[in-house]
Amino acid sequence: MEAFEPVIIAFCCHYCAYTAADMAGSQRLCYPPNVKIIRVPCSGKVDTLHLLKAFENGADGVYVAGCLEGDCHFKSGNVRAAKRVAQVRQLLDEIGIGGERVEMVNLSAGMGERFAEMARQITEKIRKLGPNPIRNITRLAS
Amino acid sequence: MITAERKPLEEIIDSIRPFQRILLVGCNECVTVCAAGGRKEVGILSSLLQMSFLKQGKNLQIREHTLERQCDPEYVEELTSLVDGVEAILSMACGCGVQELSRRFKNKPVFPAVNTTFMGASERQGVWAERCRGCGDCLLGITGGICPIARCSKQLMNGPCGGSTSGKCEISPEVDCAWQLIWDRLKLLGLENRYEEIIPAKDWRPGGAAGPRKIIREDLAE
Repeated sequence: MEAFEPVIIAFCCHYCAYTAADMAGSQRLCYPPNVKIIRVPCSGKVDTLHLLKAFENGADGVYVAGCLEGDCHFKSGNVRAAKRVAQVRQLLDEIGIGGERVEMVNLSAGMGERFAEMARQITEKIRKLGPNPIRNITRLAS
Repeated sequence: MITAERKPLEEIIDSIRPFQRILLVGCNECVTVCAAGGRKEVGILSSLLQMSFLKQGKNLQIREHTLERQCDPEYVEELTSLVDGVEAILSMACGCGVQELSRRFKNKPVFPAVNTTFMGASERQGVWAERCRGCGDCLLGITGGICPIARCSKQLMNGPCGGSTSGKCEISPEVDCAWQLIWDRLKLLGLENRYEEIIPAKDWRPGGAAGPRKIIREDLAE
């Protein structure tokens, strides 16, 4: 049986996490290639629907990486994002996909090391949880 | 606006379980404003249903559509081509929208995905509160612009009752006493003497007690 390699989507704020990922690269820090980054102008841009669609399309884990609390470029986008993540957790629990597959993390642009560490931690956590239950079920075109 | 809240997922899932192809219809009016059944909520519910059924090994085919207004036949007509080929319709509009779909598409079962709750106003982002019961004989002109029907737990015409404490209602310290609010407002407006006038017992017939209500505007009706 093939080893399970999780697909993880990270919605990264342009002002912090995306730059932190860039810094991790410049510092030659290793983090798992399972993490696919989507840059967003602010973590507050990430909607409930974006998170759900990622799972619907087969992601095993999703996280939103926003600025440290109080440091959002748009004042409160990261707080809003955290509330949406909490809502999606509840929804995923309700439908049996598992709320623990989605997370909110906060970091600053200078935290390249932390970015790599978070990527490693979340990848490991999802690896332990196993595949998204609907990952391999093919859908008929509607 | 008319406010609504999404029904528990389990209830929605149970209602559409026998079907393979459904049409999920939102409404761009009140339920969009109260974030219960607009385009975005249609997308979210569709995704949740899709995943929930996939997990059970079932491919549910969902068509999504959001109408400008689900309570007007002109807009509902837009659905004609989409209804062909689906087995059931799931509506995220208020009860008026659900019933309009049932009237227009008689041979398709229509299920509500939201619970229609009250006529209310937005207190702040994400919070809506009841403001009107549609009693058909508005009292706001004599009650300082605060409705004792919608906001007094006992619907008293001449309050407050003995349950009013420090401006709060006895049902909960979170609920303002409507009659305290009325008194405060009348005082602010210098209309304290209005408070002394006894409001007679209310005739509830215009409020629905005489059966379903209808408005016919002869100048407009065809």
